[in-house]
Amino acid sequence: MKFHSPTSFAEAVVLAQNSEGVLRYLAGGTDVLVQMRAGIVTPDELIDLKKIPGVFDITRTAEGGWTIGVGVSGAQLGAHAELCADWPGVVDGMELVGSTQVQGRATLVGNLCNGSPAADSVPGMVAAGATVSITGPEGDRILAIEDIPAGPGRTNLTKGEMITAINLPPRGENGGDCYLRFIPRTEMDIAVVGCAVNLRLDGDTITEARVSLGAVAPTVLLVQDAADAIIGTTLDDEAVANLMAAASAACNPISDKRGTIEFRTDVAGVLAKRAAKFAYARAKGEVIKGTHL
Amino acid sequence: MAKDDLSTHLKYVGTRPDRPDGLDKVTGRARYGADIAAAGMLHAAVVRSPHAHARIIKIDTSKAEAVAGVKAVVTRADFPTGLTGEDWNLQENTMAGDKALYDGHAVAAVAATTSLLAKEAAELVEVEYEILPHVTDVDEAIKPDAPVIREGAADASVPEGMPANVVKYMEFGHGDIEAGFAEADLVMENTYKTEATHQGYIEPQACMGQLGKDGKGEMWVSTQGHWYIRKMSAAVLGLEASQLRVTPSEIGGGFGGKTTIFMEPLSLALSKKAGGRPVKIVMSRAEVLRATGPTASASMDVKIGMKKDGTLTAARAEFRMQGGAFPGAPVDMALYCAFAAYKLPNVEHIGYDVLANRPKCAAYRAPGSPMGAFAAESLLDEMCHKLGLDPLEVRKKNAVREGDKSSYGPKFGSIGLIETLDALENHPNMQAPLGPNQGRGIATGYWFNHGGETSVSMAISEDGTAQVSVGTPDIGGSRASIALMTAEALGIPYENVRVNVVETGALGVNEPTHGSRATFASGKAAVESTNQAIAEMCRRAAAEWGIAPEAVEWRDGAAHPAGPNAGDFPPMSIQEIAVKMGETGGPISGHHEGNLDGVGASFGAHAVDVEVDPETGRTTILRYLVVQDAGRAIHPAYVEGQYQGGAVQGIGWALNEEYIYDDKGRLQNPVFLDYRIPVASDLPMIDTVIVEVPNPGHPYGVRGVGETGITPPLPALANAIQNAVGVRMRDLPMSPVKVLAAIKAQNG
Ligand SMILES: Cc1cc2nc3c(=O)[nH]c(=O)nc-3n(C[C@H](O)[C@H](O)[C@H](O)COP(=O)(O)OP(=O)(O)OC[C@H]3O[C@@H](n4cnc5c(N)ncnc54)[C@H](O)[C@@H]3O)c2cc1C
Repeated sequence: MKFHSPTSFAEAVVLAQNSEGVLRYLAGGTDVLVQMRAGIVTPDELIDLKKIPGVFDITRTAEGGWTIGVGVSGAQLGAHAELCADWPGVVDGMELVGSTQVQGRATLVGNLCNGSPAADSVPGMVAAGATVSITGPEGDRILAIEDIPAGPGRTNLTKGEMITAINLPPRGENGGDCYLRFIPRTEMDIAVVGCAVNLRLDGDTITEARVSLGAVAPTVLLVQDAADAIIGTTLDDEAVANLMAAASAACNPISDKRGTIEFRTDVAGVLAKRAAKFAYARAKGEVIKGTHL
Repeated sequence: MAKDDLSTHLKYVGTRPDRPDGLDKVTGRARYGADIAAAGMLHAAVVRSPHAHARIIKIDTSKAEAVAGVKAVVTRADFPTGLTGEDWNLQENTMAGDKALYDGHAVAAVAATTSLLAKEAAELVEVEYEILPHVTDVDEAIKPDAPVIREGAADASVPEGMPANVVKYMEFGHGDIEAGFAEADLVMENTYKTEATHQGYIEPQACMGQLGKDGKGEMWVSTQGHWYIRKMSAAVLGLEASQLRVTPSEIGGGFGGKTTIFMEPLSLALSKKAGGRPVKIVMSRAEVLRATGPTASASMDVKIGMKKDGTLTAARAEFRMQGGAFPGAPVDMALYCAFAAYKLPNVEHIGYDVLANRPKCAAYRAPGSPMGAFAAESLLDEMCHKLGLDPLEVRKKNAVREGDKSSYGPKFGSIGLIETLDALENHPNMQAPLGPNQGRGIATGYWFNHGGETSVSMAISEDGTAQVSVGTPDIGGSRASIALMTAEALGIPYENVRVNVVETGALGVNEPTHGSRATFASGKAAVESTNQAIAEMCRRAAAEWGIAPEAVEWRDGAAHPAGPNAGDFPPMSIQEIAVKMGETGGPISGHHEGNLDGVGASFGAHAVDVEVDPETGRTTILRYLVVQDAGRAIHPAYVEGQYQGGAVQGIGWALNEEYIYDDKGRLQNPVFLDYRIPVASDLPMIDTVIVEVPNPGHPYGVRGVGETGITPPLPALANAIQNAVGVRMRDLPMSPVKVLAAIKAQNG
């Protein structure tokens, strides 16, 4: 195995482009190293991106959004008060990953690019309308988060491409988001269902919404029908019932050792309801730290 | 010993000093199985069957042997033949012969200079299999047309004509069962199922073995019982037991799973083939889950007759258990314990031990008892519901007391069930208000206490401190407890006593730390040994004073003249005697051995409050209370730890732990991510109450406390869930998926 530690993305792109066999980037390594140890993936080349200047930065953009470097750990996100105030749902999703030890290393980018349909930080980013900046042999491009996963363990990045940053839009006024996941225990588990809701209010009425589901299909889903069910409502009982039905209807899960199709479909609706209520409360200005079921 | 003798003038027993192994463990100085290394040591990797059931057509090890750095490869061909009975079972489980019997069954092993090389070489071992039909579920395995694991495996207990996978059959009971049911106002019968669960010890099996061509060997190993390791390894490899010296390492949990062998003999077989170089084997977690003993899975029919006032008239249990591809499911113990808490004039037990394509089961904390309790205590609760009776009152009404005939036959000696139920009733948790979707469940549990083969030595050191040599590895605080009892008997501080777990060469045969016996049996033998040393110290003092030894008594760490007639001498302390023992007759020590009797069984009762999320089926534990009879808590913090640990393992079994097999019989969850042991944040602090009804068979009143605690959580949680959301779960685990499905079925 060859191990590289480039000091610029340009250098990294050349290395990636010329790599042979199985290539992995090393962000926090909490997926890569575990997979190596378990003999699931043995990379021929490993490119550590953490020596590139700026990858640990969290910066406010001119428009009021955020740029998050590819080395930023969950612990770093959670300690960033302003980011937490803007996007508590995104941060909550990332902070659910693993344990304190894992939090010290694990990144949003790694969580996204590992390609698990159950990745905990991804629905929150999708609901937030986040994008990624990509660089590669053909130049730079920007893609929506939901366009990165191609299926379990696969992404739509081409050979030599890598993500250079995650971009969160400006939070703006009267917005709130929330991510909830279902696991049988209270931590150290893989989401059986995950759901994020991001919305904006005008008075009591929802004017914008994005709903995202995890672990119920080969990739994380952005569910337009679920958003439509609550846009223009005050999240009244009927809207909630429609939201639940739309979320359940969007599911295309499998039955496996972690849950049945029926369970995942039912619980997706339940999580959508509960996440929407938390997001609504946050949009109303309530400070809710660390939402849970 | 009279009861009031026990509760008075104890100075050390009943206190909570620091554990002697604490500093080593928190600083990383403790040496566990994998911490042992020796010059020239090789590392082993084991080749395991990916098939649940397959004939082994051919094994080609040539490519593995050709790898530079590989020093030995062994297959079954390297083992002696002609073994029978359990020796054959152990050998067959250590290394597959004609057939691989479960996913993970060892088929070859490699030793190389590094563990990476060994793993690489293991992948080059080519095994040709003919895949056979398999069966993993006990109810499927007992069907007449089920795939047969092994022809002729049944013992003499199995009547003619039973399905081929039934290898042991039993029936026992007393009274007139039909008359008993006829007397009842309500008779109910249901079937309950429990899944296999693993002990889940933190430390995977690990050992280093070394064996020369001369048949002399050594092993360092993480085990609950090194004499068992010695006996079993010697049998499997055809060695003389005394030529094999086995030293136990510090142990990171066992819970019964380390009372037998799995890969240990492979280290010796590889070492011998590698010219006597030591060989280390450390299992991965996946190997632990695929190929070491979990407990059995069970399918159980229970029928109970009850009068309107709650009096039990009759009970019947018919249990089927699979303990993997070998005999040994603890169906007998499950039956003994199922109804043990209750007076039953009429009772019948029937049991089947069934083979299936799963790993060979090992003991797991109160083997069998949790399953039996789940079936019996669940049905009892269902009947209380039906008759509108208070479940605690009904349990008290039928509770066994000293002198009662037990459901499994013998009369009970001194027991503390009533005291335990009273203490439960009086605990504040029982008054805590419950909200919507919340429910409380109670259940009792029972386990024995084992005496067993025990050999202990103690010796006084030159400075008047004491050392005790025991053969029972310390998995639950026995060193601290034995030190406390020795200190109490000698009248010297706890810190002046060191208890060592010594190797097989140092003592006579000791059974493992199993059956909740270490503090009871090694503790009792340590006190007997200490009394011998005390007698000798009294003799030395008597000789110096020139009086009869009988005129000397021992108290407060010193010899005293027994009374005014004995003479007027100042006390002679243990230090004064010890410092000159070389001149006064040589070493002062004591030794005790035997099959110890006087065991004291332990009843427990648990109460749990849960909240069930009706939309996701997830159960949250709000409060958990363990009440159990310890006889006497030598070190109460350790006793509480046993209660809490047992409860937590039972909670895991009840809610989420299970072996999940795919349609090919491959284990789907051989990692802790998906084999869901409770994590700390899942649980509230487990409340404990230690009831002390002393065991008259032990010098300090000790009962076995280690195992009972895992038993009540299974039914207590099922009972609580019914009280919370109305659904009765008869199939473990009560995972959110299953509970939600039951809630939806109930709501129509
Ligand atoms: C004990 C434990 C518990 C866990 N619990 C959870 C959990 O609860 N929820 C959850 O979702 N996950 C969990 N995980 C998985 C893992 O921690 C997360 O997926 C984490 O976010 C991965 O981030 P990382 O930085 O460690 O990624 P790495 O392991 O460094 O990389 C992961 C993948 O991303 C790719 N990659 C990394 N950087 C880039 C880049 N800049 N451009 C393109 N591709 C890139 C790598 O090639 C690799 O394929 C757990 C892991 C462990 C060990």
